Amino acid sequence: MSASSDTMPTPAPRTANPPGAIRASLLSWLGVAPFLLFALLFLILPTGMLMIGAFQDAQGHFTLNNIVRLFDDSILSAYKISLEISAASAILGTLLGLLLALAAIRGGLPAWIRPTLTTFSGVASNFAGIPLAFAFLSTLGRMGLVTMLLRKYLDVDLYASGFSILSFAGLTLTYLYFQVPLMVLIIAPAVEGLKEEWREACESLGGSGFAYWRHIALPVLWPSLVGSALLLFANAFGAVATAYALTGSSLNIVTILLYAQIHGDVLHDQNLGYALALGMVLITGSANAGYIWLRKRSLREAA
Amino acid sequence: MKTKTSSRFGAWLAILLGSGYFLLPLIATFEFSLKMKREGYSFEAYKVVLSDPGFQASFGYSALLALLTILVGIVLVVPTAFWVQLKLPRLRPLIEFITLLPLVIPAIVLVFGYLRLYGSGGWLPFTGSERSTDLLLVFGYVTLALPYLYRSVDTGLSAIDVRSLTEAAQSLGSGWFDILRLVIFPNLKTAILSGAFLTFAIVIGEFTLASLLARPAFGPYLQLIGANRAYEPAALAIIAFLVTWAAMGLMQVVSRNRAALGADEH
Repeated sequence: MSASSDTMPTPAPRTANPPGAIRASLLSWLGVAPFLLFALLFLILPTGMLMIGAFQDAQGHFTLNNIVRLFDDSILSAYKISLEISAASAILGTLLGLLLALAAIRGGLPAWIRPTLTTFSGVASNFAGIPLAFAFLSTLGRMGLVTMLLRKYLDVDLYASGFSILSFAGLTLTYLYFQVPLMVLIIAPAVEGLKEEWREACESLGGSGFAYWRHIALPVLWPSLVGSALLLFANAFGAVATAYALTGSSLNIVTILLYAQIHGDVLHDQNLGYALALGMVLITGSANAGYIWLRKRSLREAA
Repeated sequence: MKTKTSSRFGAWLAILLGSGYFLLPLIATFEFSLKMKREGYSFEAYKVVLSDPGFQASFGYSALLALLTILVGIVLVVPTAFWVQLKLPRLRPLIEFITLLPLVIPAIVLVFGYLRLYGSGGWLPFTGSERSTDLLLVFGYVTLALPYLYRSVDTGLSAIDVRSLTEAAQSLGSGWFDILRLVIFPNLKTAILSGAFLTFAIVIGEFTLASLLARPAFGPYLQLIGANRAYEPAALAIIAFLVTWAAMGLMQVVSRNRAALGADEH
């Protein structure tokens, strides 16, 4: 990622004056030293130690045993459920967020809709964690408002039909509460970039609404859409608090597993914990790398 | 604009369904929070929660930590972003990459690393005493807030002519400290404020770090109440939502003022 520094105009080249220049450049590095030290101590070293620990046994000898044990059934299934919930909430969040953004920006609605949606999205995308779990328990829990109303007026018993807020569907529905607003915030600039003239041009050439989407809007939005979906995916994959407050440590997802492991509830095998963490970082890391790559691409195309 | 009525209908439908999905949980939570007394709606749950010493202590603790996080974050981020724009533009992609890492590394992984690296047996035993654990928690929060804070400050810096301002200040005899204090900070006030409000919103309800470092913050308190009480959690969720709303609302106000000043419209 650090390969291209194309965004900044390069400053006037420093006049060649070897000893002074070296001292000056040492001095200028000193300016970022506190930041680099901080990043090293609280970001890079702690993560790096775990990554190394994943390949060590309790005595510090090199081993692949921890990695192999990631493929034990119980751990593999935790990864599987985590991946499924993250993927479901990312894909649904991407689609619903796109629809909302399109409706607010391109739907021909009153002008106040858009800033209201943006402000609310800013709040809702940060309204995650434990309070969100409480809110959904009050809504769709056994005694929740929606559950009760459905039972009373429509004679639908959600829980008898197999739904539970603690289930895959329930958790995905809850995650969407912060995924959709996040998507609205990320995708709004790209939707704004869809020029009205393109649609007009398409229409004047006899193109239908479908043709416009098929040949113009989707190809333009495509990198932003996939990139945002990846970001949403990573966002859901790393979430702990919401799931923990909803389900306690009963739900078998990776973050809960790791939480229990650190807390000393189960497993109690440090190095296996490191391997769990390594797996998580690999997954969120590749999702984010994809996002950054696609965002760069879409920015370049827009420019 | 000649939007067809059918598509406008679709847009309204999307907005209405969306609003329903987002408002319903809030309404349900609020309704639930009022039901503590059997004879009817009351604010009893709020009264219980607000007068709970545990609430006051944990909220106060988290608020204090949020302020410290903002302070440390600003002192760390502003000079760095300034210096990078002024002297080391080639380093910009690297610094930007580092500030994005907390979005890549889940908080739970980060705190696991802290426990391993700074545990009581380690070379820098942060978790040795309560005070130093608090400090570690603040540093952890600064790390979590880094992507937002840095982005906000960096954007703010791009909007002003850092080079000319610095050269002008230098030609008037200012040192680096004075330049930062008297020239850069005042110009970045809105950017810093909006980053600060977002940081506050992030820190106040944070659960993972505080819980695993075993500090008495608001997040772990919420979790404890959620596991043991019926109506109080709903009241707490509403309170948390209002706090988030206030922080984000203030952020919007601040940045809108700045946009208005910058673009000279409105």
